[in-house]
Amino acid sequence: MIYFLQQLINGLSLGAIYALIALGYTMVYGVLRFINFAHGDVFMIGAFAGLYIAPLVMKYSNGGPSWPGAFVVLVAAMAICAILGIVIEKLAYRPLRNRPRLTVLITAIGVSLFLENFGQYAFGVDPQYFPSLINNHSIAIPASFGLLSHLRIKVSQVLIFAVTMFLLLFLRFIVTKTKLGMAMRALSVNPVATSLMGVNNDVVISFTFGLGSALAGAAGILISIQQPSVDPLMGLQPGIKAFVAAVLGGIGNIPGAALGGVLLGVIETLFVAYSDQLHISSGYRDAVAFFLLIIILLFKPTGLLGRVEREKV
Amino acid sequence: MFERTKATLVATLAAIFVASRFSSHIGPYYYDIILSIGINIILAVSLNLVNGYTGQFSLGHAGFMSVGAYAAACFTTFGLPVLAFLKPLGSFLSVSIFFGLALFLGGLAAGLAGLLVGIPSLRLKGDYLAIVTLGFGEIIKVVIENVDVLGRSRGFSVAAAYTNLFWVYAMAALTIYVVLNLVNSTYGRGFLTIRDDEIAAEAMGINTTKYKVLAFCLAAAFAGIAGGLYAHDKQFIYPDGFNFLESINIVTMVILGGMGSTWGVVLSASLLTILPVWLRSIADKPEIPHWLTPLLSNLTIPYSLLLILLMLTRPQGLFGGIALKRKKA
Repeated sequence: MIYFLQQLINGLSLGAIYALIALGYTMVYGVLRFINFAHGDVFMIGAFAGLYIAPLVMKYSNGGPSWPGAFVVLVAAMAICAILGIVIEKLAYRPLRNRPRLTVLITAIGVSLFLENFGQYAFGVDPQYFPSLINNHSIAIPASFGLLSHLRIKVSQVLIFAVTMFLLLFLRFIVTKTKLGMAMRALSVNPVATSLMGVNNDVVISFTFGLGSALAGAAGILISIQQPSVDPLMGLQPGIKAFVAAVLGGIGNIPGAALGGVLLGVIETLFVAYSDQLHISSGYRDAVAFFLLIIILLFKPTGLLGRVEREKV
Repeated sequence: MFERTKATLVATLAAIFVASRFSSHIGPYYYDIILSIGINIILAVSLNLVNGYTGQFSLGHAGFMSVGAYAAACFTTFGLPVLAFLKPLGSFLSVSIFFGLALFLGGLAAGLAGLLVGIPSLRLKGDYLAIVTLGFGEIIKVVIENVDVLGRSRGFSVAAAYTNLFWVYAMAALTIYVVLNLVNSTYGRGFLTIRDDEIAAEAMGINTTKYKVLAFCLAAAFAGIAGGLYAHDKQFIYPDGFNFLESINIVTMVILGGMGSTWGVVLSASLLTILPVWLRSIADKPEIPHWLTPLLSNLTIPYSLLLILLMLTRPQGLFGGIALKRKKA
């Protein structure tokens, strides 16, 4: 039981990362109806932004870990990713508005490849060590907590939960309570009608890209705190898996993306934890997400929380 | 018209056969490049059936290629009794039949894999196929890396080098023949209709899922054949050799050549096979600036920029829209 709970916590923290990335996919899909293939690479750029900013910030704490430093790095990486997302949209996707979807999809793949390979060219191919922004020790829960006793939780896991929860609530606030959020929701229902109502669609789309990319940047920092190794191709797998998470929750649906991310993280971690008992090699870890994707597409293509969308001529 | 295209195919095959008799005069370096061009033509022309004519988007062509490569390689490695059984036919004929069978099996295995992937993802509209095929490529890689018989990530050595100029170009001619004929048939009209307007196609009574799955399986089968040829040319295959970037290479060939233009794709497949080899050969020369060398020896950055620029300026590709028109018979 303690093993199960331990794995569950690991799964939840992995799932929180997937959820943050999946939100970017789902928001962009909501407003533009296309898969932003480059999203996983924005996540990678977030991690590298952290790698380069961290030493500058850590000078003020004599090179050691500090909470304010971690906070500054997180916010800076989010800002850099937001700008990157907006620039990508402006240069690569905006000229293709109203073109066939395939054209935009191919461009997105091109952008993704460019970021990955430019990353390899500029940052080097080999994985680099990410400086420890916080003191990542394990906290053991005392014996008096019943079921939870003797569980060990890492500080980074607590941080991931806290930051993700905060960002999710913040996102919910933006989407439901602000004017821009309302415009985003309106745009996902009918872009022509929103522009007739005086909404500047371009601004809303830029904002959506910025917001989604900022979340991916946060995920990049959080994962680097937990697994301190960054390389230019690190965005590939999480990017695809987060997309699966978005489809699992119902693409275009914001709570769905969060739910899908958490579910996928838990399922993947539990699979690895129990692969011995199932007599399957844990090497199949990366196949779990795709297997799940095929199952969803076969039985419930709209995802868990998605609605059926009728296509009109 | 049917008779004429068939006659053209037979004449082409004969010409390839005659040409292959003289292949020993070509140096090994150029021979290797010529074989690669042929294999890439098969891959690109078959992918064009899905990405170009049917308007879907597959990112897993290298995955299907690996299925075919491993299936064919397993047959020629573990199926040696079949070769012994064919022995009375003489060495040339028995080897030809044996290798033909291996390629057929490679194509069949890849086609079945295509069916498995295509049915769930092609029922849906939209970009799901891109992600599912991308995922499929990864699954295949993971599966091969975990199966002992297939050599895991160590790779799989193929003892027999059956692939030669004749086989490669015969298969390339066959691929072009099948794709051209198919596109000019009722099925081809169906593919084009789906690409141009899926809702209209459905309204016209076209079973869109069936047509899409058909195009997809056929493309996968040809990729499998290309894989079989590749395996018996290189004599060594390993899972990472068929990764995502390999699929992107094939996609770039299709897009550059023009989605839906078979001859354009043949041309761009040849061009994009020769170009990297040539650039790599000049990359280390002293007159090339130092910072340019990595860009020339690894073409993925130029490729990705090429994709973006093509989409922004000429989404139909270099030769798209000016497909060679054939006179009606």
